[in-house]
Amino acid sequence: MNGCPCISVLTAIPVIGAVVVLLARNRNRRMTRWLALGFSLLSLAMTLLIWHYFNSASGAMQFQEQHAWVAMLGAEYRVGIDGLGLLMLLLSAIVVPIAMAASWQIEDRVPLYFSLVLLLQACLFGTFTALNFFHWFIFWELGLIPAFFLIKIWGGPKRTAAATQFLVYTMVGSVAMLLSFLALFLAVHTFDFATLAQLAQGGQLMPAVVAKLSTHRLIPHHLAMWIFAGVFLGFAVKVPILPFHTWLPIAYSEAPTGTTILLTGAMSKMGLYGILRILLPIFGEQMQRVSTPLLWMAVATIVLSGYSALAQKDMKRIFAYSSINHLGYCLLAIFAVVKFTGNDAGLLTQKYAAMNGAMLQMFNHGLTAAAVFWFIALLEKRSGGLQGRNDFGGLRKVVPVMAGLMGIALFSSLGLPGLNGFVGEFLIFKGVFPLAGWAAALSVLGLLVTAVFILGVIQRVFTGQLNPRWAAMPDLTTAERMALAPVIALMFAVGLYPQMLLAMVNSTAMQIVQQVRLAF
Amino acid sequence: MMVAWTIYISFLGALALLLMPKGNAAAARIVALLTALAGFALALAAFCTHRSGEMLTVTRVPWIPSLGIEYHLAADGISLTLVLLTGVIAVAGILFSWNVALRTQEFFAFYLLLIGAVYGVFLSYDLFLLFVFYEIVIIPKYFLIAIWGSTRREYGAMKLALYSFVGSAMVLIGLIAAFVVSGAKSMALGDLAGYAFPAHFQMWAFPLVFVGFGILAGLWPFHTWAPTGHVAAPTAASMLLAGVVMKLGAYGCLRVAMTLFPLGLNSWGFHVLGLGSWRDVFAVLAVIGIVYGAMVALVQRDFKFVIGYSSVSHMGFILLGLMTLNQIGLSGAVLQMVSHGILAGLMFAVVGRMVYERTHTRDLKILSGFNLNHAIPFAAVVFVIAGMGSMGLPGLSGFVAEMMIVIGAWRAFPLLAVCVGVGIVVGVAYIWRAMQKAFFAEPEMVLETHEPLAAISIPEKLGAMILIAASVAVGLYPQMLLRVIVPALNSPLFEGLRKGNWQ
Repeated sequence: MNGCPCISVLTAIPVIGAVVVLLARNRNRRMTRWLALGFSLLSLAMTLLIWHYFNSASGAMQFQEQHAWVAMLGAEYRVGIDGLGLLMLLLSAIVVPIAMAASWQIEDRVPLYFSLVLLLQACLFGTFTALNFFHWFIFWELGLIPAFFLIKIWGGPKRTAAATQFLVYTMVGSVAMLLSFLALFLAVHTFDFATLAQLAQGGQLMPAVVAKLSTHRLIPHHLAMWIFAGVFLGFAVKVPILPFHTWLPIAYSEAPTGTTILLTGAMSKMGLYGILRILLPIFGEQMQRVSTPLLWMAVATIVLSGYSALAQKDMKRIFAYSSINHLGYCLLAIFAVVKFTGNDAGLLTQKYAAMNGAMLQMFNHGLTAAAVFWFIALLEKRSGGLQGRNDFGGLRKVVPVMAGLMGIALFSSLGLPGLNGFVGEFLIFKGVFPLAGWAAALSVLGLLVTAVFILGVIQRVFTGQLNPRWAAMPDLTTAERMALAPVIALMFAVGLYPQMLLAMVNSTAMQIVQQVRLAF
Repeated sequence: MMVAWTIYISFLGALALLLMPKGNAAAARIVALLTALAGFALALAAFCTHRSGEMLTVTRVPWIPSLGIEYHLAADGISLTLVLLTGVIAVAGILFSWNVALRTQEFFAFYLLLIGAVYGVFLSYDLFLLFVFYEIVIIPKYFLIAIWGSTRREYGAMKLALYSFVGSAMVLIGLIAAFVVSGAKSMALGDLAGYAFPAHFQMWAFPLVFVGFGILAGLWPFHTWAPTGHVAAPTAASMLLAGVVMKLGAYGCLRVAMTLFPLGLNSWGFHVLGLGSWRDVFAVLAVIGIVYGAMVALVQRDFKFVIGYSSVSHMGFILLGLMTLNQIGLSGAVLQMVSHGILAGLMFAVVGRMVYERTHTRDLKILSGFNLNHAIPFAAVVFVIAGMGSMGLPGLSGFVAEMMIVIGAWRAFPLLAVCVGVGIVVGVAYIWRAMQKAFFAEPEMVLETHEPLAAISIPEKLGAMILIAASVAVGLYPQMLLRVIVPALNSPLFEGLRKGNWQ
């Protein structure tokens, strides 16, 4: 594999796919769908190939490619992956075919839809592999465009509001982030993440920025905080972190379900990935200064979104809030790791655990949420678009297989041991309790509420009195079963043998934790 | 150097069109297109062969020896970049005017005359010559709007002409004063820039000439001709206006005002409202233009006014870039000239040609009834791409240019850089608002009565493709232009600027 520009090829596959699907202009919608799915499976295969050749023992960047681009702007084409990058590539490669399968029933402008999905996938790949801000930001921003149109054209009744809100929120965050990075660039003339991180850890970055912007009457320390705040806002909106989450429920519920899968399964990870790859190494010092408020935000994200989910009737909204809630655990772990910088060897193990947990949770949430929304799409298909919690009832009797499989996905979301959802959360709580006990204790409330609303969904949809309207609902077809089987199998596999992912990310997680320690 | 022929061939083309037998519109179009293509090819050849970015003389012939005036053309990286832009816009503009039926020959004759004069301005080294070309531009501009325009065309044309004349008068006063003060030996740019004008003279001559050119560049609060002029103009003329004519103003600010009178940018020694120099004043005006233009664009009902005000906003970036007085900001300003030229051209093409000439309305409310993204999906796609570029989405030309300007602004005016951020966000909002209303309205509001719209023709598609390709090329590989822009800024011509205020 040496010398092969694997990552460029990987990013190119969906781009080519998008063009081919769009230009094929096939009258035959089935052909279009299969063609698009083919391309997404091709990129999945490519990702698996990369995984095969990936050296898990090393925490360093692998498969690097580096080319000069715009020297004056410090822009380079520089890509590479470490364990975290690979995990995210894998997740995107898995989520996109799921999203396509869940969009199978879309009949309006099929080539455009699938072409946009592929384009979004390319942006995801690009974001997760770019190591230079200029290059990374291109993909980060371009990803908004397909997502916007997927919501805007194929969404539900309030799609215009949803799409606009999504776009404007994210754009505000992005512009703030861009301004901050331009200030950094002005000071140190580089956009390279690794170089910026090195400078930051050597304590040279912020003094340089302050020196450049000193015409201004801000206290240096405040200036550094503002720059950090700009970047933080960009990521906080994307994840989202409370109180920057208000675009999310409407976007997730109005988007066609296949798109919701992309948004929650893969795009929300862009924010967390950014926090780990950019915020933590470059702004570690600033994060430490405000680590207590950050932890409060994480706790609020977990608990309040859990309670909000409890109050919803629409299933897509329930799981939209549940997504916020699940990503909150990742934030909790990351911020707890940031808070303690001492050299206590005992705590170090806990930090490794929390960081590993956060990464696993990113993957698991993506997988589980994708599966749950897929089932919601299947229910919509059978009920003509209904997605309310109370629209069904007693389905267990008519669609036993679907009830069983969806139950597995829901229990995974709830964090049942043996399924994938459990391992990440377990590691996070194991690590966070010794680091920030109060935050972990409060967050447990979120776990409880999650159990309540998920059991509530299972109860109202699958058990109880059979709603006579659905007496003739068809169970999963053979094709659907075959498509679902690998996903369910993967849930069990990760749940029972998390080592296969832990091995991939462990050295990266340890490295990130050590970087934080170095910062002070 | 062959690049001087860009001017001559455009004038010859105009002449040929006027002399041709009347009534053959198809031939007129072909002649115009071939002329523009030839001009573009010459520009491209000159651009590609120009290596150093330094000022190189193209032609030099004595003209009025008693006054030291020469017919002196020269080109450096900045002029060649803009000449190339003019070539691209000229070709695209003709493609988008393929359907002009009224007095076709004269239309294209004026069009080529305008193009030739624009090439002339960008290539002039002698300031008298520059001024002559600058004045020639006004005439075809007036007629193009007054004869082939739409909404309130006489008003728009007259307003534009008057504003231009006022600006020219201010420039002329400044130039004559400089000529006299320097000893009346030469009008060559290099000679005048090399002359050490007294500081107090520069202190008033600089704002005079800068504002004179700035009027044409849409400098707030002298921008009001721009939206009305753009709206009244026929598509190709709005493309030229926004694409290259406004750049003439910005080019004059940089090339004449700032190189001749660099000390005019120095501090006054006292503060008024926190502003300590003309540089502060113009930077603040530029940022007001950015934010104000964007906010006004946000509330327009007329689709073309949205784009008209967006031009004011984007030209603000150029002026801000000029005022940063650092290499990155200035290069960004030149890049933004190119980027805005391409993107504004594209947007006016969509609004004026693809949409207006099919629906005969520019009212966003009425347009939402046409369900345009189904009726003419190509136009929708093009507008989305142009809009993305205009709002500064990475991958297209607007991003690199605005990014460089903001970096420069961070250095020179940190507080203003933050205000620019606000302008960018509003920019996103008005583009999406216009796009949603015009192309992606909700189906409940769709009128069923109107007739099916004509399909997008091949010249339109070609023109759009050319401009999109140009924008993507600049966005992904700005080095292509920066390689000549940066050395040009480092050349002796800008030495005064570098010595005085360069950061």
